[in-house]
Amino acid sequence: MGERILEVENLTVDIPVGGGMLHAVQGISFHVDKGETLCIVGESGCGKSLTSLAVMDLLPKKAIRGADKLSLSGEDMRGLSERRMSDIRGNTMGMIFQEPMTSLNPAYTIGNQMEEALKRHRKVSTQEARDRAIYLLEKVGITAAASRLNQYPHQLSGGLRQRVMIAMTLMCGPNLIIADEPTTALDVTIQAQILLLLAELQREFEMGLILITHDLGVVARIADRVAVMYAGQIVEQGTADEVFNRPTHPYTQGLLDCIPIPGKTDRGKPLGSIPGIVPSLVGPFHACHFAERCTYAMPDCTKGDIDMRPALEGGHEYRCLLDPETCQKNAERKGVA
Amino acid sequence: MLIYALKRLSIALLVAITVSLLTFSMIYLSGDPAIALAGESATQQDIENIRKVYGYDRPIIVQYAAWLGNALQGNLGHSHYLKTEVSNVIFDRLPVTMTLGACALSFALALSIPLGVLAAMRPNTLVDRFALTLAVIGQALPSFWFALIMIFLFGVSLRWLPITGSASWLNFVMPSIALGYYVTPAVMRLTRAGMIEVLSSDYIRTARAKGLRPGVVLFKHALRNAIIPVVSLAAVQFGFMLGGSIVIETIFAINGLGQLAWESILRADLPMMQAIVLVLSCFYIVLTFVADLLNAFLDPRIRVS
Ligand SMILES: Nc1ncnc2c1ncn2[C@@H]1O[C@H](COP(=O)(O)OP(=O)(O)OP(=O)(O)O)[C@@H](O)[C@H]1O
Ligand code: SF4
Ligand SMILES: [Mg+2]
Repeated sequence: MGERILEVENLTVDIPVGGGMLHAVQGISFHVDKGETLCIVGESGCGKSLTSLAVMDLLPKKAIRGADKLSLSGEDMRGLSERRMSDIRGNTMGMIFQEPMTSLNPAYTIGNQMEEALKRHRKVSTQEARDRAIYLLEKVGITAAASRLNQYPHQLSGGLRQRVMIAMTLMCGPNLIIADEPTTALDVTIQAQILLLLAELQREFEMGLILITHDLGVVARIADRVAVMYAGQIVEQGTADEVFNRPTHPYTQGLLDCIPIPGKTDRGKPLGSIPGIVPSLVGPFHACHFAERCTYAMPDCTKGDIDMRPALEGGHEYRCLLDPETCQKNAERKGVA
Repeated sequence: MLIYALKRLSIALLVAITVSLLTFSMIYLSGDPAIALAGESATQQDIENIRKVYGYDRPIIVQYAAWLGNALQGNLGHSHYLKTEVSNVIFDRLPVTMTLGACALSFALALSIPLGVLAAMRPNTLVDRFALTLAVIGQALPSFWFALIMIFLFGVSLRWLPITGSASWLNFVMPSIALGYYVTPAVMRLTRAGMIEVLSSDYIRTARAKGLRPGVVLFKHALRNAIIPVVSLAAVQFGFMLGGSIVIETIFAINGLGQLAWESILRADLPMMQAIVLVLSCFYIVLTFVADLLNAFLDPRIRVS
């Protein structure tokens, strides 16, 4: 593996709410290497967005961030001044958001917004910034790039706007891109296109990419490693091959059972579903977060925090009391392994 | 953009026609104008003569057409009281009132927009409370009362500023503040609300994710969008201020349109009142039109379809 770009250890995000403290992200650890794609999957509200905003230091004001380690290319980002952090943002680390329709400023042209992203971090002339914008717009598959620069966001479709957002994030040639569900708001027909475009650019520019998405089919195609989140924790993490072919945590197994994956799910096989709801994350909570919905739950599962443990091979790890062999058998019985 | 401008223009024209109709009919509001002109001791014959001389015996529609035609040529009628052309007096006084209005609006915007921005940046803090207090006081305080307090404080006690007249720019300081202060709350609150909304929008998050400096995020990306509705409000408020200047000009004895309006009401100088209403209304219509154009200029979603 290449050089380590992002390293996160024991990241927590707490948000004070009316009835106490919402522990939205509860000690998650992951890393991204150069030229690597890490996909984070998990259902709505499990803390994926807050995790990415925590890395960017763009959390809502009232949110409290904690971490044992949070370093970008070796630089510790914990406790950096807002000034230094803003030198990093958009420069070595960029973010693409979920809502292309509203993520660009309606009052300025595409060109203006793209150029300013480069000019903020590099000493370049407007012409140079313009040339780079045109180059990147072409890279993301936008035709007549030069004339697009004079257009306003409202003149573009959602798909085009998200392409512009991607191009804009690439202006400074970042080492790391975080894309938070970049296609959820788009037409189904162009969702996969955009995700594959991202993967292609990631390979070409050898960036680290954190992709948050619901689309397990795309994850299976482009992810190097996968982190599965559930209720504020990572419950399973490993290479795409490990997570998809030897899913170990009962939640991951349930997730794969719910979603057809091209080339993997047998045709005609009925899809499963995970009954129950996600537990409230307000207040202290020391138990397996999945216990209420888990078909294998045992009394011990609710007696304390469950730690990550190694699965059968490699860096593959998961958060469950069941031993790896049992999990493996369960997966085979479910037909997801 | 052109279509938008033409649409706005036709609306403005429609309003102008309505206003002219209403203004024209003012003459008849207080009864037969010939009787009013003739005075109390006039005979029936006098009244008939006046009716003929001034053309009040023609059909209403002809009278309106003649009046409108004259008005369009800048001939706003004859003041029976001042024995002079109405337009002469009005165009003499208009610049004074415009200066006052412009100063008052500048004062109001210079105070309320920064305050609104500050309040939005730190909602529910001391700055915000202070701004809110100012707004509440501003809305509760009648402007004439505020004007009197200022006269007492800066004119009589401290003797810093002249109390009456319109000779130098110093004369305009207190009236501008008194007139402008009244519109400050509305502008400030709209700026605050707009900024709070814009600051929580996705594109501000994008701007921050690009690493832009806080000043750039605040002014280039946020204020530029939050200010759009403020422009319309400011135009409307400018119109209101011209109305409000009747009180303020009278208090400070400023020789403007407001004072002229007040005097004309006292003298029952109908043609003069009619002309003032017409001029102010037209100015208001132009203001609204300009505000619409400014809006389109600021908001590309209107400008570029
Ligand atoms: N500003 C906030 N104030 C209070 N609670 C918040 C705030 N932002 C997020 N949360 C809560 O934190 C939890 C995690 O939110 P987050 O947005 O990270 O979820 P997510 O995994 O991105 O979900 P989705 O797939 O819907 O985007 C949720 O329960 C959410 O309700
Ligand atoms: S720890 Fe227990 S409840 Fe949690 S996933 Fe494993 S078996 Fe299920
Ligand atoms: Mg999210």
